[in-house]
Formats: sequence, structure tokens, C-alpha cells
Amino acid sequence: MRRLASLYDELDRTTSTDAKVAALKAYFREAAEEDAAWGLYFMAGGKLKRLVQSKFLRAWAMAATGVEEWLFDESYSTVGDLAETVTLLVDAMTDRSETHADHPGLREWVEDRILPMRDDSPAAQEARVLRWWRELPRGELFVFIKLMTGSMRIGVSKTLVERAIAELTGLEKQEIAHRLMGDWEPTPAFYRSVMDPEASDVVETSRPYPFYLASPILPHDWDYDDDAREAELIGGQLGDVSDWLAEWKYDGIRAQLIRRNGRVFLWSRGDENMTERFPEVVRAAARLDRSFVLDGELLAWDFEAGLPMDFGSLQTRIGRKKLTDNALREAPAAFVAYDLLEDDGVDLREEPIEARRERMERVLEGADPALMVADQSSASSWSELAVSRRSSRERRVEGLMLKRRGSSYQAGRRRGDWWKWKIEPLTIDAVLVYAQPGHGRRANLLTDYTFAVWDGETAGEGELVTVAKAYSGLTDEEFVEIDKWARRHTIERFGPVRHLEPVHVFELAFEGVRLSTRHKSGVAFRFPRMKRWRTDKPAAEADTLASVRAMIGSDGESDSAH
Amino acid sequence: MPLLQVDDKGLACAAGGFWIDPWKPVPVAVITHAHADHARRGMGRYYAAAAGLPMLKRRMARDADIVAVPYGERFELGGVTLSFHPAGHCLGSAQVRVEGADDVVVAAGDYKRPVSPGTDPTCEPFEVVPCDTFITEATFALPIYRWDPPEDVATDIVDWWDANRAGPRERQKVSVIAAYSLGKAQRLLALLDRELARRGEARRRVFIHGALEHMIKGYRDQGVEMLPTFRVGESNRARGSVNPFRGHLVMAPPGAMAGPWIKRFGSAKDVDTAFASGWMRIRGVRRRAGYDRGFVISDHADWPSLVRTCVETGAKKVLCTHGNSETLARFLRRQGVDAEPLATAYGDEEDG
Ligand SMILES: [Zn+2]
Ligand SMILES: [Zn+2]
Repeated sequence: MRRLASLYDELDRTTSTDAKVAALKAYFREAAEEDAAWGLYFMAGGKLKRLVQSKFLRAWAMAATGVEEWLFDESYSTVGDLAETVTLLVDAMTDRSETHADHPGLREWVEDRILPMRDDSPAAQEARVLRWWRELPRGELFVFIKLMTGSMRIGVSKTLVERAIAELTGLEKQEIAHRLMGDWEPTPAFYRSVMDPEASDVVETSRPYPFYLASPILPHDWDYDDDAREAELIGGQLGDVSDWLAEWKYDGIRAQLIRRNGRVFLWSRGDENMTERFPEVVRAAARLDRSFVLDGELLAWDFEAGLPMDFGSLQTRIGRKKLTDNALREAPAAFVAYDLLEDDGVDLREEPIEARRERMERVLEGADPALMVADQSSASSWSELAVSRRSSRERRVEGLMLKRRGSSYQAGRRRGDWWKWKIEPLTIDAVLVYAQPGHGRRANLLTDYTFAVWDGETAGEGELVTVAKAYSGLTDEEFVEIDKWARRHTIERFGPVRHLEPVHVFELAFEGVRLSTRHKSGVAFRFPRMKRWRTDKPAAEADTLASVRAMIGSDGESDSAH
Repeated sequence: MPLLQVDDKGLACAAGGFWIDPWKPVPVAVITHAHADHARRGMGRYYAAAAGLPMLKRRMARDADIVAVPYGERFELGGVTLSFHPAGHCLGSAQVRVEGADDVVVAAGDYKRPVSPGTDPTCEPFEVVPCDTFITEATFALPIYRWDPPEDVATDIVDWWDANRAGPRERQKVSVIAAYSLGKAQRLLALLDRELARRGEARRRVFIHGALEHMIKGYRDQGVEMLPTFRVGESNRARGSVNPFRGHLVMAPPGAMAGPWIKRFGSAKDVDTAFASGWMRIRGVRRRAGYDRGFVISDHADWPSLVRTCVETGAKKVLCTHGNSETLARFLRRQGVDAEPLATAYGDEEDG
């Protein structure tokens, strides 16, 4: 465990990817096989299941340190990580001897000490754990507590681990990624098989093509005030509308769905293997009895409405460590295909897009509902297309994709043949009223904000009612500046939450707003985020609840840009 | 009416006609120490502890009217008796004892207590001054904050420096450490001096940013033993393949670390950066600050010291300011001490 603790220190001390990979390689070279197997298991996201509930860990920490619950919670909200909070408290508030003479390896710690605790009573667990807390040096104490909480990943992604092993073995990263897929036991034998420099044929089978990326057609500061002007700008750049295919732009995860040699793989654009996370899509692909590579979008799908669910549902599903039946029910997935890159082993990327599309429609004929073809929109002029783009919000899409007829499938971001024509985000001006610390990188900095608007018809009159929370969209410098201001202008504190003087106004962008009985304000926003800090606007000129309600259409949902 | 009360200008003593560490212009200011959040320009007359005079003068206008009073010596302002007592925060830092008709108030300013086994070699140790009301800082008022012995931190810093100067010259790195210009920089230079002596090694020269020079000189003039320093100038900028800083330690105020100044030491792979501050105890903070290393050392009291000090003064009332004041006050109240937060402008732009 000492070697793993020092690896964690090394990873923690550098921001350079190369240095992290070097530290990982040194670890795998130096650690004993039986220990490195467990090290790899934890770095790949493995957990010790059914170990110790975090409520017990908290209770033991409070008992050992004499720190009351409210003070523990304040400490936690400052540190932002449970294991680190417990480590710091135990280190600061207890008499520790750190006299641990023998230094067992990680395997011995896990298999002979930690795992057998599962069968102990909580009281017996507590006695053991408190003894180790007294004896372990600080670095190992942290690793030990991390192990108990289950989550061990610090500053190193699975991708980096794969890269380190790829470099050690001289194999390709996809090969290593494949070896680390699925459920495996951290045994020395398994570890040796991961480190085996002999390649299997799986890489060729699973490899995706480089993705072709679209560029935005509108300038980023475009003010979206006038369809005609927009149509004119786009027409000026792209020429005749009949030379272009228009396709709805879905807001999900870009991915390639690959079926070769009877096996199915799903790779995200971020080079992440998503095969195990979308069983319904994989099943649908497996049922089509042929080989292909599809490019498309992974989405959470509302099959009843025939519409995508919001991106948040997809994120929540991906964020889950385990895909339960419940998660599959709450956010069923679909793959919306828009291109066919390979069919029956033939690379189609040089074919014209219409031909690829036609062939794709044939391939997907009769496929499960989880595997569908992206909808297109047709129009006889750019201005007609601009008008039809206004239905984007009803369709729960981000706008349109424009693809040049006759174009091939290229690699990377090449301007010219693929363009995205997004819709304007909705915005309101709201007043910052509460702030609390963020987590992880932002622990100790007030970055989670709650915003309010005036509750009446007139701005600056009546009361401020909270409408949205947001924690993204500002620069680090702005967050630091607001943090500093907020600490000096707190009216009241409720634990980590600070009630602030209502002074600062922010423009919030969001994807939609609807009536909601669950919220005091009666409205709920979709994906609110900070667009900019309106330093030019006093709080009295922020938006009102009346103006927010005016954005909501007769069906209780906001429609196109206001 | 309490002897000391916060108004819009600072911590005011109406009976004595003075303000402690005021943040707006007043006729008479009593200053605890020369950090920017405590000592500001534009006051009519200043009273300060004599040991801190050279540092305070650096921060003030040339013609500032400063009355220097030795630690422990009593003086009167408007019928109120005052005296300065060592706060252990930095050289010349003081607690202000204010004695009115009925009670004694001590405003401790910023302070720290020694962490065994050593004391701070750069300033007088904190003195416990019995009082009725104690005004304490609360910068690190959470039980997660406890400092390791500074000697151990000095060992870690020299180990880090040695790791960066290992191997042939062209592969050595420049060790750049950020430290606040008053207090921390000098304390590190003194601790590193002792650490090298303990190892039986020769003294090493440390390159410093120009902004540190005056304060270091102020300390040297008062006899504080530190490693020799050499100002980083235009002349020794890294050029071509010759980087004169390889293997050396460079010390700079944190503000210089983000700017173009640091580029003279070479590209990111040639430089290893560190920050010496109590805030570095938390990983998330360290990562966000973007330093390669964090050394946990502070000139403020850690949690056990804060709690111990409030008890040891015997104060019937404790007022908490400067940082996490609500938390400390709530904790003390739960221990049966009459404690409240006190809203001030201290602790902004402050060192850790
Ligand atoms: Zn200070
Ligand atoms: Zn201060």
C-alpha cells in the first residue's frame, strides 16, 4: 500500500500527462504482480463492494476526533471529498503513533485485512479501523480510507492507465482497452495476461474510424434577431440550398456503432469504449445480421413521445457506476444513425453522402426502435429552412446540420462540407442570491450559485424568488472574484450555503422553461448555465417572473427563441 | 458600550479616539502588522510595535507619521491605556491590549503559536495576554487544519529542491517556490538555512524576485539569520541552451507565478513550481492553484492553536474575525464560551 500511496502522491504532484504516464509505468514495473493487479483494479475504477457504508465511516471519524456533525459537514464542504476529509480530521485531531513497523503489500491489505472485515459486526469493524487509523502514515491513511469509501481514482483516467500499459507492452491502446473491459478478478494471472506483449486480433475488429466534425456556420457572437439576415448570411456562404442536405442536430454523445465478425463495439468520439453502457443499442446491432460501422448520436429517448430526452438524463445514466434495471427504465437509450462508414467490410467513406445515407436506410430497415435513422428536413430556400429550424425546441434538438451533397466522409474538423446551424439559447437576467462551494477542483471556492428574479410584474419591486441553479459558464478568474466578493457580502450562512446581498446580475442561458408545481417559483429551467456576468446591470433591472412566464407557450413549454 | 466596536472605518475605540487596523482614513490608527489587509495608507498618525517598524515603513508613504512603541510598554490615547505584545505572525507583528475603565480587550490581529519542537526563528513567539474580551482571527478555523512541525516541512522542501538538482546540469530543473513577501519568505529562508546546517551541508544561494528584496533586508537588518539571497535580474535571463537557474531555488511572491516573469526560467518542463501556504493542506485547493507541489506551512494559527489560545487568555467573551469566523464562534459557544463573529475587512488578499 505504501507503493500505491507514493504513486498517488506522484500523480497528485504533476499536471503533466507525460509525467503521470511515466509514474504509472514505474508503478507497474516496480510493484509486485499480486499488488499491481489490485492497483490496476482500483485505477480502472474497480471498487470493493459491500464494504463499509460511508455513514459508518463518518460516525467513526467523528467518534475518533470528537468533531461534532455540523463541524464535520463544514469540513467536508470545504474539502469536497469524504476520504480526504476523514484523513485530514484523523491526522489533525487524534494522537497517532505512525509506528506501523511491517508494511504489507496492497494484496495483503485488501485480501487479508480489509475484505475479511465484511463479516465483522460494525463494532468490530470500528475497532480494527480505528487501530489502523492510529498506525498508518498520512499518505497510506488516505489510500486506506479511499479504499474503504470505494472510489480510488485520483487524477488518473482509465485512458491514461491504458496508455501507460500500451507503452509498457508496445501494443495499441485499443488492445489494452479491450483487455480491461468487462468483469475481471485482480489476480496475478489476470495481470500477466494484461501485460502480455502478444497482441490479439481484437483491435482490428473493434477499431473506429476518425470522426468527421462539423463547424458552426454562425459567428459565435451572432445575435439571432432576424431569420432573413441569417438565411442571407448562410446562402452567401453555402450557395444554393439544393446542394445541401439538412438533418436535425441531436444533443447526445457522438459515437460509432461497430459490428464486425459478429461482435459489437460502441466507441465515443472521446475514444471511450461505451459498449457496456448501452446494452439496448448493442442488442439492436447484434440482431442485424451483417457487418457495418455507423456514425451517429447516443441519446436517452422517450419512446412514447418519439422524442429525445434531455441531455441531463443521459448524463445521469452514464454517471451511474452500475446500470440497474431502474436506470434502464428511467433513461432508455437509442442510437440515432446519420452515416454509414462501412458495410460488409467495404469502406464507404469516399462514396457520396446520399449514397451512404440510402444504403444506411436499407441496412437499418426493420431494426429495433433503439436503432434509428436521423430525421431530415427539406426546404426550397434558406429562409424556408430558417423557419423550419424554429421547430427545433419542440423536436428537442439543437438545430440543423447542413451536409453538402456529394461529399465524402472526412477526418477531423475540416471546414467546408459539414456545418452546424444551432438555435439561439434562451436567456434571462437573474440576480445571484445564494452561493456554496463546488466539489473536486472547485472545493473551497464558492461556485455553485442560485439565482432569483422579481416575483411581480415590475422589475425591482416585490420580492426576489429563486428560479435556477447554475455552476458553469464563468472563467476561473470570474469565479475567484465572485468568491472573494461573496465571502464579504454574506447576509446569513446555513452550513456551507451563503445567502448573499442581491447585487450581481448574470445572464443565464437555458434550453427551455416549463411550468412546474415542484418549484416555488412555478417554473423550471432546462440546462441553465451562466452566459455572462452583467456588471452593467443593477439587480433592480433583472427579469421578472412575469417575463419568464411569457416565454412559456400554451402547452406549458417554451418554444423557439424569444 | 463596549470598549472596541466595528464601525465603517475599522475596529474603533470611541473612548480612546483611535482605530485598530482601519480600512478607511482615520486620524489615529493602531497597527498590528504590515500586511496589506491591516496596514493601509492615508491615516493621520500610526502607532505600531517598534520591532515591525522597518517593514511598516516600506508599506507607508515616505512622510507617514509613525510612533513606534516597544513590546510591553504602556502608552495612553484619550485616557485609554494600550500596549503591544508579540503575536508570532511575522517580525514585529503585535497584539494590541486595550485597557478601559472596566475591562481589558486584546485584539490579537493575525497570530500563530509555535508547533513543537521548534519556534519561528524569524520573530518573537506569541505571548498569552490575559483579558476580558479576546478578538481572534479565524483564517484556518476548521479541525482539518493542523500544521506539521516547520522543521519537517523544511526537510521536504530541501528534498524537493535536491530532486530537481539531481543529475547532469542540463537535466536539472529550476525550483520555483511561491511565498508571501512579508513573513513567509523570510521564515522559509531561515528554516532552509537551519535545515542545510543540520544536514552538514554548505549554505546555498537563493534567487529572489525583486518584490521580496526590501522585506528580506528589513529582516536581515534586525539580525535574522537566513540563506544568502540574490536578486533575479535582467542580466541572468535564460538564453539559448544556457539556463543559469537550473538546479537553483527561486523564491517569488504568488502574484508573480502566473505572469510572464516566470517564463525566464525556461519552459514548463524545465521548471517545478511549489507554493508554501497553509491552504495547500487541501488537495483540491492545491490542484486548482496549479502548482506542482504544495508545502503546508502557515503564519496563522491552526485549529488546535486557535481553540487553545481562546481558552488560555481567560476571556469571558471571544470575538472572531478574519476568515472562518462563524465556525469558530459556533464551536466556542458549544464549548460554553460566549463567542460571536465580528464582521471586518481583514483577511482579504491575505497570506496563508
Ligand atoms: Zn497578516
Ligand atoms: Zn490578515
